[in-house]
Amino acid sequence: MEDHHTASHHEGHKVGFWRKYWFSTDHKVIGIQYGITALFFLLFGFILMLLMRWQLASPGIEIPLLGALTPEMYNQFGAMHGTIMVFMGIVPLAVGAFGNYVVPLQIGAVDMAFPRLNMASYHFFFWGGVVMMASFFVPQGAAKAGWTSYPPLADIETMGQTMWLWGMVLLITSSLLGAINFLTTIIQLRTEGMTFFRMPFFVWAQFITAFLLLLAFPPLEAAGILQLADRLLDTSFFLPSGLVTAEGPLEVSGGGSPLLWQHLFWFLAHPEVYVLVLPAMGIVAEIVANNTRKPLWGYRLMVYSLIFLGFMSFIVWAHHMFITGMGTAISAFFQVTTMIISIPSVVILSALFITLWGGSIRFTTPMLFALGFLPMFGIGGLTGLPLGLAPTDIPLHDTYYVIGHFHYVVAPGTILALFAGIYYWFPKMTGRTMNDTLGKIHFWGTIISMNGIFFPMLIQGMAGVSRRLFDGGLAYSFSEPVLEYNVFMSISAAALFLFQIPFIINFFQSIRGGRKVEKANHWDATTLDWSATPTPPVPHGNFESVPRVYRDPYEYSVPGSGVPFLSQDTAPPAAPSDQILEEVEA
Amino acid sequence: MAETSTTLKHYFVSSAQQFDAAKMGMWLFLVTEVLLFSGMFVAYAVYRVWYPEVFELSSELLDWRLGALNTLVLLASSFTVALSVHFIQRNEKEKVVVLLLLTLLCALAFMVVKYFEYTGKWSHGIFPGAGFAPHGDYAAYYTPYAPQFFSIYFVMTGIHGIHVLVGMGVIAWIVTRAIRGHFSAAYYTPIELTGLYWHLVDIIWIFLFPLLYLI
Repeated sequence: MEDHHTASHHEGHKVGFWRKYWFSTDHKVIGIQYGITALFFLLFGFILMLLMRWQLASPGIEIPLLGALTPEMYNQFGAMHGTIMVFMGIVPLAVGAFGNYVVPLQIGAVDMAFPRLNMASYHFFFWGGVVMMASFFVPQGAAKAGWTSYPPLADIETMGQTMWLWGMVLLITSSLLGAINFLTTIIQLRTEGMTFFRMPFFVWAQFITAFLLLLAFPPLEAAGILQLADRLLDTSFFLPSGLVTAEGPLEVSGGGSPLLWQHLFWFLAHPEVYVLVLPAMGIVAEIVANNTRKPLWGYRLMVYSLIFLGFMSFIVWAHHMFITGMGTAISAFFQVTTMIISIPSVVILSALFITLWGGSIRFTTPMLFALGFLPMFGIGGLTGLPLGLAPTDIPLHDTYYVIGHFHYVVAPGTILALFAGIYYWFPKMTGRTMNDTLGKIHFWGTIISMNGIFFPMLIQGMAGVSRRLFDGGLAYSFSEPVLEYNVFMSISAAALFLFQIPFIINFFQSIRGGRKVEKANHWDATTLDWSATPTPPVPHGNFESVPRVYRDPYEYSVPGSGVPFLSQDTAPPAAPSDQILEEVEA
Repeated sequence: MAETSTTLKHYFVSSAQQFDAAKMGMWLFLVTEVLLFSGMFVAYAVYRVWYPEVFELSSELLDWRLGALNTLVLLASSFTVALSVHFIQRNEKEKVVVLLLLTLLCALAFMVVKYFEYTGKWSHGIFPGAGFAPHGDYAAYYTPYAPQFFSIYFVMTGIHGIHVLVGMGVIAWIVTRAIRGHFSAAYYTPIELTGLYWHLVDIIWIFLFPLLYLI
């Protein structure tokens, strides 16, 4: 990225600012574009939540500068918080940023298979985000029907919902183009010697993630088109007959099925959960192997688990719908598949824990975040089990327990892993390291305050507090014993915000002022992203010469090798017989 | 395939790899297209199972002769586009231009027939959803849930029609490139990919036609 860096022969001529930073086809620039845009959206989505938490802790008390939150605003913020965090924050950061930046480097490719498509993918994402943000300013505000946009409510919502649907169409298009690009790149552009079972686990994770995006998103796009038709062409795909609202009976043709939306939505949205989690697992696996100085325990087992997980994620979706009355036979099927899908996740998590065993662990900042991910994701997974079984799901459904559960998976889980990835690959992207002290303050503050937010939610949920209450449960007497947690959670959320400030300072300060890396392979890593490219990599070319791969991804501390680690492009010592052969040929 | 330095991008090792990558990308795109229509076919299946008699009665309003004509037109265009790939592989460039123009003509014919079908429906008050108000001879078709049939009909054929229009744009672009001599037996990836896309458009219609017009 540095100006003075030697441009490769492919792009020897000078290019303007827009071409270089906005309409670039270089996967590294696109990755950084994705990263910065996604971080902005994450911050914005988080601020929406802070406003909501203010309201929950002190219902009706005015927010400085903004005034009291109205119920309509609360609903908008809730729906948009979910949408922004999932579709505009985590997926673009995990897949768009890290996937784009790291995958070609790790497989020894000079760029993605379709660089222009890659650029288009970012711009679809960007404009999708713009449409979503603009929806706050249309009459009656943004979408209010939750991030799941269940009809019939979503069908009869205000204009913001239409904007939401158009925004989703753009975001889906972006993800589909990205998925096509990742799959083709990983299948076609691996360098010589990079067999599938020599790919770093992160690449495997991105590979399976791309499959999930490719297969899960189109049905939601179809559902989105049908909902758009309901809203714009007065059809009734999701509107049953005989609906009555506060304004009287609805004038619709009727005969539609709201459940159809739920099926099409969750057919996407369950694999989407794994889209959020798998890249995080991939990042953590890289960092754990690198910082324990050991090979990943059970690499092949982890890969097989990943493939199985990807497959199973398509046949568990209806566990989100147990209370729709689908009958015991169908429920039984989805309960069984849900219990089965927990096995590969446990295998991967256990393999990562076992990797730690006996390692000489370096407690670097990225490693701290990766270590934080392991138990937090564990809590997220375990609290999910009662939701996968209909008898326990029915009382817990739509309570704060559900919120607590999936935030454990996604916030202290995935987001910690994403922070780990930022600290781990920041030196690669900029040639400078981030400050360790600020990083450690960021880590401890983040993990403690996140638990302060999400753990009380599990308790509140078990007490029966519903998830979409504007007053945080004040109106219901049964929530009184757990009501006081609202204040604690909101203070924790404010603390979480304060502890992001060291990160923001660290991030921007380190871009120009960070300590320069002493060598290209800053972390003594074995994978090609560190071992074979300069730091930062060559623009439009990555490598000074395209590497060849000779060995497995994590050959740390190989007994008898005499070196601390063997990178994937380290050629094996020529055996005596080979030397003789070469002499004969000469 | 011969190395052609003008078309080989720097991030590919060989033209063969570039061709394989492009083709794989196209197939993956087609997977997403199939799944997109699958979502809508699921909706079709749900409403057909719920209201079988409505679907039987309402499909009488669709003219199977026009549908069959359009099926023939699209099949013919699939044939011509497949032939164009065949002839570019043999480097017969003039034939390729003629065949692509024929494909474009067929696509246009399809859209013209579609135009008459749609406007015919609208003139009798047959609109999707709440706007459904057939009058005159068609008043008898105003049964409960009949709008569901026409909602699915207009949305599915509409999305398919948009795919035809996009295909026409792409084919027009390919034709201009073919006239300027961009393609040869050594490099014909865009023609091959366009052909794949066009076959998909054809196949979707092969499913839509019987499901909407015939049964």
